[in-house]
Amino acid sequence: MSTTLVPYEEALARYEPVLGVETHIELGTASKMFCGCPTTFGAPPNTQVCPVCLGLPGALPVTNRAAIEGIIKIGLALNCTIVEWCRFARKNYFYPDMPKNFQISQYDEPLCVDGYLDVEVDGETFRVEIERVHMEEDTGKSLHVGGATGRIHGADFSLVDYNRAGIPLVEIVTKPIVATGDKAPLVARAYATELRELVRAIGVSDVRMEEGSMRCDINVSLMPRGSSEWGTRTETKNVNSLRSIERAVRHEIERQAAVLDSGGKVVQETRHFHEDTGTTTSGRSKEEAQDYRYFPEPDLVPMAPSREWVEELRASLPELPAARRRRVQAEWGLTDLELRDVVNAGALDLIEDTVKAGCAPGPARKWWMNELSRRATEQGVELPELPITPEQVARIQALIDEGSLNDKLARQVFEGVLAGEGDPDQVVAARGLKVVSDEGELAAIVDQVIADNAAAADKVRSGKVAAAGALVGAVMKATRGQADAARARELILEKLGVS
Amino acid sequence: MSSELTRRTAAELAELIASGQVSAVEVAQAHLDRITAVDGRIKAFLHVDAETALAQARAVDERRAAGERLGPLAGVPIAHKDVFTTADMPTTAGSKILEGWRPPYDATITRRLREAGLVIIGKTNMDEFAMGSSTENSAFGPTRNPWNLDRIPGGSSGGSSAAVAAYEAPLATGTDTGGSIRQPAAVTGIVGTKPTYGGSSRYGLIAFASSLDTPGPFARTVLDAALLHEAFSGHDPMDSTSIDRPVPPVVEAARRADVAGLRIGVVRELGGEGFQPGVQARFNEAVELLESLGAKVTEVSCPHFTYALPAYYLIAPSECSSNLARFDAMRYGLRIGDDGARSAEEVMALTRAEGFGPEVKRRIMLGTYALSSGYYDAYYGKAQQVRTLIIRDFEAAFEQVDVLVSPTTPTTAFPIGDRVDDPMAMYLADLATIPSNLAGNAAISVPCGLAEEDGLPVGLQVMAPTLADDRVYRVGAAVEKALEDRWGGPLLAKAPELAEADR
Repeated sequence: MSTTLVPYEEALARYEPVLGVETHIELGTASKMFCGCPTTFGAPPNTQVCPVCLGLPGALPVTNRAAIEGIIKIGLALNCTIVEWCRFARKNYFYPDMPKNFQISQYDEPLCVDGYLDVEVDGETFRVEIERVHMEEDTGKSLHVGGATGRIHGADFSLVDYNRAGIPLVEIVTKPIVATGDKAPLVARAYATELRELVRAIGVSDVRMEEGSMRCDINVSLMPRGSSEWGTRTETKNVNSLRSIERAVRHEIERQAAVLDSGGKVVQETRHFHEDTGTTTSGRSKEEAQDYRYFPEPDLVPMAPSREWVEELRASLPELPAARRRRVQAEWGLTDLELRDVVNAGALDLIEDTVKAGCAPGPARKWWMNELSRRATEQGVELPELPITPEQVARIQALIDEGSLNDKLARQVFEGVLAGEGDPDQVVAARGLKVVSDEGELAAIVDQVIADNAAAADKVRSGKVAAAGALVGAVMKATRGQADAARARELILEKLGVS
Repeated sequence: MSSELTRRTAAELAELIASGQVSAVEVAQAHLDRITAVDGRIKAFLHVDAETALAQARAVDERRAAGERLGPLAGVPIAHKDVFTTADMPTTAGSKILEGWRPPYDATITRRLREAGLVIIGKTNMDEFAMGSSTENSAFGPTRNPWNLDRIPGGSSGGSSAAVAAYEAPLATGTDTGGSIRQPAAVTGIVGTKPTYGGSSRYGLIAFASSLDTPGPFARTVLDAALLHEAFSGHDPMDSTSIDRPVPPVVEAARRADVAGLRIGVVRELGGEGFQPGVQARFNEAVELLESLGAKVTEVSCPHFTYALPAYYLIAPSECSSNLARFDAMRYGLRIGDDGARSAEEVMALTRAEGFGPEVKRRIMLGTYALSSGYYDAYYGKAQQVRTLIIRDFEAAFEQVDVLVSPTTPTTAFPIGDRVDDPMAMYLADLATIPSNLAGNAAISVPCGLAEEDGLPVGLQVMAPTLADDRVYRVGAAVEKALEDRWGGPLLAKAPELAEADR
């Protein structure tokens, strides 16, 4: 079924979007949420299971302290209040890959509440308020065999892998995100980007969207401009890339606007996003959704994180991305635009590490953002994937600073390092790259050049100083670029008596 | 010798084995013989594997011969309620849905007792998933009361109580969710304890209602119950609700057996109307007996106990509706309708329809309803509030007295089939035991005589505060000692069917 869409700008002219994002993040703990099974990604099916995570009759859960630490750290980083007392709850529903047919989760008593995360879009800051951060366990994974699509429909049989069952999951739920106007898709994307940075900085998850360790559900509703009554929302499940988040929001705005424009009603439902077409299709309707029959989990004692523990965890947090960006901007003297370029290029870590290796911020940024960015683009790779380290960049700059290299030679050293010829010093030695700094040697070359280019020399002598450029060029050519061009020019002018 | 061995208490058997007068193998064989002789009529066991039992006994004898230090009950046979997982025997929870299931692991309690050298003689019958008060809800047929084969042995641990009462095992484990140890102990004339919630591990116990389920011991004497209690109790890191505190000195208390100066409260709400006259009469005598032994007896009111039964019948089914969701034909147990044409949901539905009995279905339905959104506050939420009020009643009572007493059950063992079609009447059997489950405190049932009208055993219930388990043993042992002096031996000696079986 094809859906008519309203062009984005038109939709935004008539409707105000309201967003909500629910993000699931798998924590990178060594063991599962409620048992001691390992959590290694990609292990052979059902090799990381025990009576507890298989939900065998009689087995009982015991909470993993490292997972609770992880969620509290995320809560603190998101400026949340860590509650003094809370409980786990059971979310009851039947699903073949869910061992107990209930999920231990949190319901009306989450561990972290009322936080926020500031995100920036085109120089404008949006505050995304966080409603809650809570803890739950992941389910297993089904593999449907025999059908053409890999989906359950049409499959001959299904296999279930419980390795993932019981891996700690953190769910981060935003409050409704309003007043984003036509920037809504970008705000959603920026929020996910910032959240991913933040969690990665804390070190509690590898937040890989492609491996499913971070997954987003995107809620969108539209409100006619001028109205104060919120529209019906849809929830697009498991959007698994930053770009898809942006596209999914955009598509839902266009689709819902079309529904509303034609006098229809948006149905409250879950929807699936399709990577290939950038569109969403209807999943299960929320109206016929199950009643999860939540109640406090009787197999686990309530959690009461002590204030001392919470403060210890707060003190253990690393510098968070936003603070770090502010610091770096000040230290490096960057404009907002320059900082944004650095962040967008994924160069912040690289430049900072280069600075740490002894390079001044200016040249460090210059090399990464110009020379190396250009080469990355040429090779079609991300900047961090280039085969050169911040230490090597710092060394090349050090050689420039001590006068052993000039910029032109440095570019050849970069080329050599990137080609796998070794460290900068090895490349310099192997390629014989060194500024000619011996005055006598340079003077001799200058004399030779003057002798070989009599016509040009005469022009200079007669006062056409600009003609010296050709002589400098000849010197550089004779030295294969290794001469100090400025010094060569001085010598030429001196010898021709025009200095 | 062989039939004589089965009459011995666990404490006596342990001593005989420790001193080398008999071997664990001989003791196990004697009980296996007894099971062969009488269990056809009692039907206490769902699974007996003589070879496995004898192999365990042999291992104990060998360990002892090698000079290994073994626990105080080493070599003594034990029957486990079929709700505890056992790695070497099937575990069914009395349900068709788990028929033939062999768990890959031992429950903490079965593991601990195995390590302590107790010999698992078999798995006992029970109401399906521990739901019931008569063992008539077992998918494998009812167990019979050794006092009168037409009567129920209590439930849900009726197989365990009958096995101990019929001398098929000196000790047995049970679980008490609403009275499922104390009520069967009372109606079969033996001793049964519900320890403090969290005092005995639930790991490996197939859950009925997690916040109420409490494993506990069955024995023929208070001391034996205390020995077993001590042997399996203590903190278990595999159970989050397990209490990390020392086990109360229950064995010492059972040996002490005196009540001089102890303040005993008779719960006004657990007696009188609705209680069988013969039950009430024996209870009243027991109270007088305690007074004559030097206890200070007063009447105490616990006004919210009246609401314990309805609160229980919302909380327990709510939890069970969730706990039993895992029996879905996907991973273990029964699977019906998997013909390649049906969806997973259809197979689940067919399996549950076939695999669960009517009482289990009734409670799943009740619990599903009570937890559903829109009804949660009115039912589950309200029941939890009542639970809090009952805890407060206990706290107020225990400010005045050291222990509370009541009849364990309102009636003696009723005839098999009598209440099958009347769930409400069946539920009344747990009237006096449920408050302690809701509060999580400790309680025991000890025999206090026979009701005149039917000649069947009556139980005295003693309740103590959380973690004061030693008190219930102290009072229980004092009553046991005084009554056995009066009767000239244990009450069980008066059981007519047993006399018949021995002939």
